[in-house]
Amino acid sequence: MQGHCQRALKLSLASSSKRNAWRQRCMSSVLAYDGHIPLNWMENTFLAVGSAVMALADPRRGDMVAALGETTAGPALPRLRDRMLESAEGRQILKERPRVNSSTVDMKALSGLPEGTFGRAYVTWLDRCGVTPDTREPVHYIDDPELAYVMQRYRECHDFYHCITSMPVSVTYEVALKYFEFANLGLPMTAISAAFGPLRLTSAQRARLFGEYVPWALKCGGSARSLITVYWEKRWEQDVGELKRELGIWDPPEAKWRKPLSEARVAAEKRSAATLQ
Amino acid sequence: MHPVRRLSLRATQPWRSLRRPSCQSCRNYSQAEAERTVGESSSSNPRSGRTTHFGFQTILEEQKENMVKGVFSNVASKYDLMNDAMSLGVHRLWKDDFIDELKPGKKGPVKCLDVAGGTGDIALRILDHARETYADRETTVEVLDINPEMLAEGYKRFKKTMYHNTPQISFTEGNAQKLDKPSNHFDLYTIAFGIRNCTSIPDVLSEAYRVLKPGGTFACLEFSKVTNPVLSTVYDQYSFSVIPLLGTILASDRASYQYLVESIRKFPPQEDFARMIRDAGFSTGGDFEGKGGAWMDLWGGVACIHRGVKL
Repeated sequence: MQGHCQRALKLSLASSSKRNAWRQRCMSSVLAYDGHIPLNWMENTFLAVGSAVMALADPRRGDMVAALGETTAGPALPRLRDRMLESAEGRQILKERPRVNSSTVDMKALSGLPEGTFGRAYVTWLDRCGVTPDTREPVHYIDDPELAYVMQRYRECHDFYHCITSMPVSVTYEVALKYFEFANLGLPMTAISAAFGPLRLTSAQRARLFGEYVPWALKCGGSARSLITVYWEKRWEQDVGELKRELGIWDPPEAKWRKPLSEARVAAEKRSAATLQ
Repeated sequence: MHPVRRLSLRATQPWRSLRRPSCQSCRNYSQAEAERTVGESSSSNPRSGRTTHFGFQTILEEQKENMVKGVFSNVASKYDLMNDAMSLGVHRLWKDDFIDELKPGKKGPVKCLDVAGGTGDIALRILDHARETYADRETTVEVLDINPEMLAEGYKRFKKTMYHNTPQISFTEGNAQKLDKPSNHFDLYTIAFGIRNCTSIPDVLSEAYRVLKPGGTFACLEFSKVTNPVLSTVYDQYSFSVIPLLGTILASDRASYQYLVESIRKFPPQEDFARMIRDAGFSTGGDFEGKGGAWMDLWGGVACIHRGVKL
């Protein structure tokens, strides 16, 4: 039996107060936050490979895309956290830890904002694509709670990146946005998606992607400010053009917008029914 | 299965790097301790009812049935796929061995009750064995399961076979601890990979004794204790590392497969289970493994066949 096991056994046979202390130490070293699932390096590799295969086979498995991101994050997350610490806005995000979902984002208030503001643009984009801010899988496989929050923040802000770059949600534009995120944030998962995402496209779509959107994505993403440091929730009333200039983002080539998915229509109907009452 | 408290590590112990105990038994123990928080607070309350285990958790007895039902509702649609993935197809060999031991139809048609029979693996094998080996088309199997989703999967599978819409197969929802079947009715009672999920094993065994005819056979195929220490280490590693991850990847459901591997560890070892079978009134072989014994190990004890006869 290994050393810490013998110690564990001795402690468990000792008095209950010592046992509680050992249990607290064990709990805190096993589970750092709600939903935390610690993995050793073998399990991590297994999950990385398995989630990569599954995410490619069925891209609608959002939980597999999320798992791939977490298991391959590596040193990129501490780097992002340090970028956040370098800016005042980023430090504020780390301190306050805002979350983005339909209970923290007041969709009714945002749709009441004037045309041209970021908040209004965001709600318009959500309606146009037919998505809600609720679809993000929580983080499970990052051990440090602060880095877990950085990962969660990246995942929840993905829609803001869509909105600020005016990209819809179909595969071509998702891949283009992954190139943008890779140039801007450097997460390995964005590189994996960027490398393998185009396999699911037709050759015509791939030609348009690599001819028009990828050059824009790499140039714009590389030169823009690190978007993880932006406190989007404090900028609802800011003018979109001004926000883009501040962040160093310019518009991509015109995108083709498909019919919206149904979830936002349902949410919008519920919202307008609430305002009528 | 989450702990009650959420601890901010940076706040309390910022020098501590988060590393799990690397030794498997320590991880199992600490995981068990973490899960036990809810259970202990309720079992220490004198007004709470009797408790039982749900994997490594401790829960009230009346909760277990619903929780097990919930687990199997979640896994039903991918049950067969997951069995193949987790056991790399070996579960088929075990079930074939089980049927080869029982030889249904050898001494004439049998009336069989397959409990926790869900997706119909054992029922189909019984009927096929009787038909192919003994040209027996009178053997009947009644599949009983507590979970309607699992039964629906079984019914769907049987629709692809020649037994659909014949008196040879029927599917009923029911509880193994309180069978709605007449006494002294069946020749063969089978339960494969189901008894460890039941709240009270002695109740299941006594019901089995009641519904079997004198001379009838009780047969149970279940995961059991691996005695060989090398195999046991490998098996533990595989169970606790690979299986929950397979559940996450293939079925988006880690919790159900975590329950699965924990419930295997909580099941009594071979000798104890043989004793429980004898306590219910059955006659078994001697208290040893193998030919003439009360049980037969498969793959070193990973799975095990226990048999008893009602005299």
